[in-house]
Amino acid sequence: MRFALRKRIRPLYWRRYLIPPAAILSALCFGAILFLWVGVNPVRAYIEMLKGSFGSLYNFSEVLVRATPLILCGLSVALAGKMQIWNIGAEGQLVMGGAAGAGVALFLSSRIPAPLVIPAMLFSGFLGGAAWGLIPGVLRARFRVNEIITSLMLNYVAIFWLEHLYFGPWRDPAGRGFPGTAIFTDAAWFPRFFNTRIHLGLPIGLLAALVIWYLLAYTEWGYQVRVTGANPKAARYAQIPIVRKILWIMILSGGLAGLAGICETAGIYYRLQQGLAAGNGYTGIVVAWLGRLHSGSILMISILLGGLMVGGDQLQISMQVPSSIGLALQGAILFSVLGGQVLQEYELEIRKKH
Amino acid sequence: MRGVVKKFPNTYASNGVDFTLESGKIHSLLGENGAGKTTLMRILSGSYAPDAGEIRITGKRVVFHSPRDALDHGIGMIHQHFQLVENFTVTENISLGMPTDVHLDMGALEKQVREFSDRYGLSIDSRAHIRDLSVGQQQRVEILRMLFRRVNILIMDEPTAVLSPQEITRLFATMRRIRDEGRSIVFITHKLEEVVEISDTITILRRGKVVRTVHPDHLSGWGRGAGTELARMMVGREVIFEIQREPVKTETVLLEVENLSVKGDLGEPAVSNLSFSIRKGEVFSVLCFAGNGQRALVEALMGLRPVETGRILFKGRPISESYKKIAYVPEDRTGRGSIADMSILENFILTRTNRFKKGPLLQWRRARDTARKLAAAHKIAASGLDMKAGQLSGGNLQKLILAREFSRKSSFLIAEQPTRGLDIGATEEIWQSLLKQRIGGAVMLVSGDIREVLSLSDTILVLFRGGIMDILSTDDENCRDKIGPLMAGVKSSR
Repeated sequence: MRFALRKRIRPLYWRRYLIPPAAILSALCFGAILFLWVGVNPVRAYIEMLKGSFGSLYNFSEVLVRATPLILCGLSVALAGKMQIWNIGAEGQLVMGGAAGAGVALFLSSRIPAPLVIPAMLFSGFLGGAAWGLIPGVLRARFRVNEIITSLMLNYVAIFWLEHLYFGPWRDPAGRGFPGTAIFTDAAWFPRFFNTRIHLGLPIGLLAALVIWYLLAYTEWGYQVRVTGANPKAARYAQIPIVRKILWIMILSGGLAGLAGICETAGIYYRLQQGLAAGNGYTGIVVAWLGRLHSGSILMISILLGGLMVGGDQLQISMQVPSSIGLALQGAILFSVLGGQVLQEYELEIRKKH
Repeated sequence: MRGVVKKFPNTYASNGVDFTLESGKIHSLLGENGAGKTTLMRILSGSYAPDAGEIRITGKRVVFHSPRDALDHGIGMIHQHFQLVENFTVTENISLGMPTDVHLDMGALEKQVREFSDRYGLSIDSRAHIRDLSVGQQQRVEILRMLFRRVNILIMDEPTAVLSPQEITRLFATMRRIRDEGRSIVFITHKLEEVVEISDTITILRRGKVVRTVHPDHLSGWGRGAGTELARMMVGREVIFEIQREPVKTETVLLEVENLSVKGDLGEPAVSNLSFSIRKGEVFSVLCFAGNGQRALVEALMGLRPVETGRILFKGRPISESYKKIAYVPEDRTGRGSIADMSILENFILTRTNRFKKGPLLQWRRARDTARKLAAAHKIAASGLDMKAGQLSGGNLQKLILAREFSRKSSFLIAEQPTRGLDIGATEEIWQSLLKQRIGGAVMLVSGDIREVLSLSDTILVLFRGGIMDILSTDDENCRDKIGPLMAGVKSSR
């Protein structure tokens, strides 16, 4: 017996809406096996996770807190992906954005009027990420260097730079060895809402999703970005300046990740510290692809993955199961959803060997 | 092969072809682009299944489901795009797909490759990586691979198109050696002098049908004479459509090309030292078979390929100032002229965003109205403007591109093979539109279709191997008789 994938001749019509739920269901089945392995009743575990993430308003607010950097990083990766540029460097851009914004908070906040501090931090955070994204952008646009490698490598540079900052020149002298800078002044604290940890980052993320969707759908610039991504030869034919497009896309993509960085820094920690590079940039890649590069879907997927993370934490507390099971589930979902996308265009054919 | 029929959307690529190949012969398959040469051979080598007709080998009927089936029957085809793994060595490539045991004895295979290479005078280093080899060497690896599979019928699809003259001589020597072992070769080409040189038998195809099968000895005279005769058969004496066209040509020069040289994809000179000018109000045709430099010429005009030497002036200014103003219907409809994954509407504005924007915003509603009207006017069969362009048939896609470029009302339009693959009705409509375009501007038509060129043009430039054979006016009575030989590279002796 032999398996073969064959391109679908007739589209699936309504049946294609069955694929994502089926994929998630199969991922949950995989998770159930994991739970049984560690000796936990899977049904109870899932209920516990669900309660932990969506069971109360406060729990749900925590999900949104987790989702905030995912939204921005997902948008960052997706925007570049629209032009067939694989920005694997959102993590590094996030770090650089956080560091640049923190620099403003630490050294400029006392010299500029208080209401301008937060805008200046956001701007600086955006620029930090944009500059970091521009490096692979220039290399790709001018010298045809593969941006996957360069953007990935720059992540490590950024993370070491971050460590250098908080272990070295920016270290809090009163911190007694704590790996971080001093706490920011009050003017540099991003506002939080509804007595939860939901901070300024969430509305910024929602706004960014809206703006990107609008840019891509309704502006000439966005149309040209989509054309360039879908068929670069047609873009050249239509006299679209591709090099300039790549540079702009990488500036925006890096800037979005940079915003994620400064929002985490000034919205959660109130200082630059170890833990900023928590993998949100990499998870952003997962978010972008599960959301098929679509802004609206990215919001949903970010919340879903945020829920898995919070649910995983809850599981650890209430059932003494390693919280990394949440990560395993995340991997299983990615695997089965991407696998399901293949089935949208191809059908599985089982042939008997002749 | 008997009565082979293969239908593609809108056209018959093979329409009842009979083809007999004798053993130990080099059999040339000659014809214009789209005459159905490659399709016929893809059927023989198992890539396509015919809609009707049958294949018999030494009298026994065979049915192929895949190229592998054909290979098992000793039929192998070398495609225009080589099917080699760049990062593998010569020997590794040859080992691919070979029936072997689990254990692959690379050492022994390498030795065998060397022996074969010497026997056929291919001089290929069995350990070299494909990526380090020249195109000619890669082709020899493909030949070697087929020889390893012990094919009795070797099909070569335009093998000389990518070779230098020395390499061609060498290829012919190899082909003769293979033939002298009693194997047969099908040689697909549209280069006449090569056909006369190498063939034992020649079959000429036109529009999916066999025109004639001849032996080169039976042609009237060798060399130039034979070439001319073949050219006539290949092109035919088709009825020229009587198209009403009032002359609107003026003396004002619109486009001027001076000593233009452009390189091809592999850095080879594609066109050299071209000089010509196009006047307002005319249809100026560049006539040639594929692969004579016309693609590089057009790409240079549109700024898609760097100019090596020479200059191009449009309305007296460097053409680079006007790239955005020139309408262009590219030959490559799916790769360049459209975006398969985007909607018909989005494809409609590809080159026209300037007309449908207000500040940075696109006016989708206005674009939709215009697109709807254009789609109706050009009879584009689509379920709606939101359908993906990739779902359109070839003919409808071409109509979409033409409609878009015509609607730009540009003073200069370049159209490459605008009617290839379209039915007669659509063709005539497009011809009328092309004639309308030249009023107040000019049209540069790049085509290999003599009928089309003669029906529409005021001036014809015949391009051969990147050089100008002649520039003729269609007012010249003898124009029709002259262009066939010119296309084949034969200068007419007056």
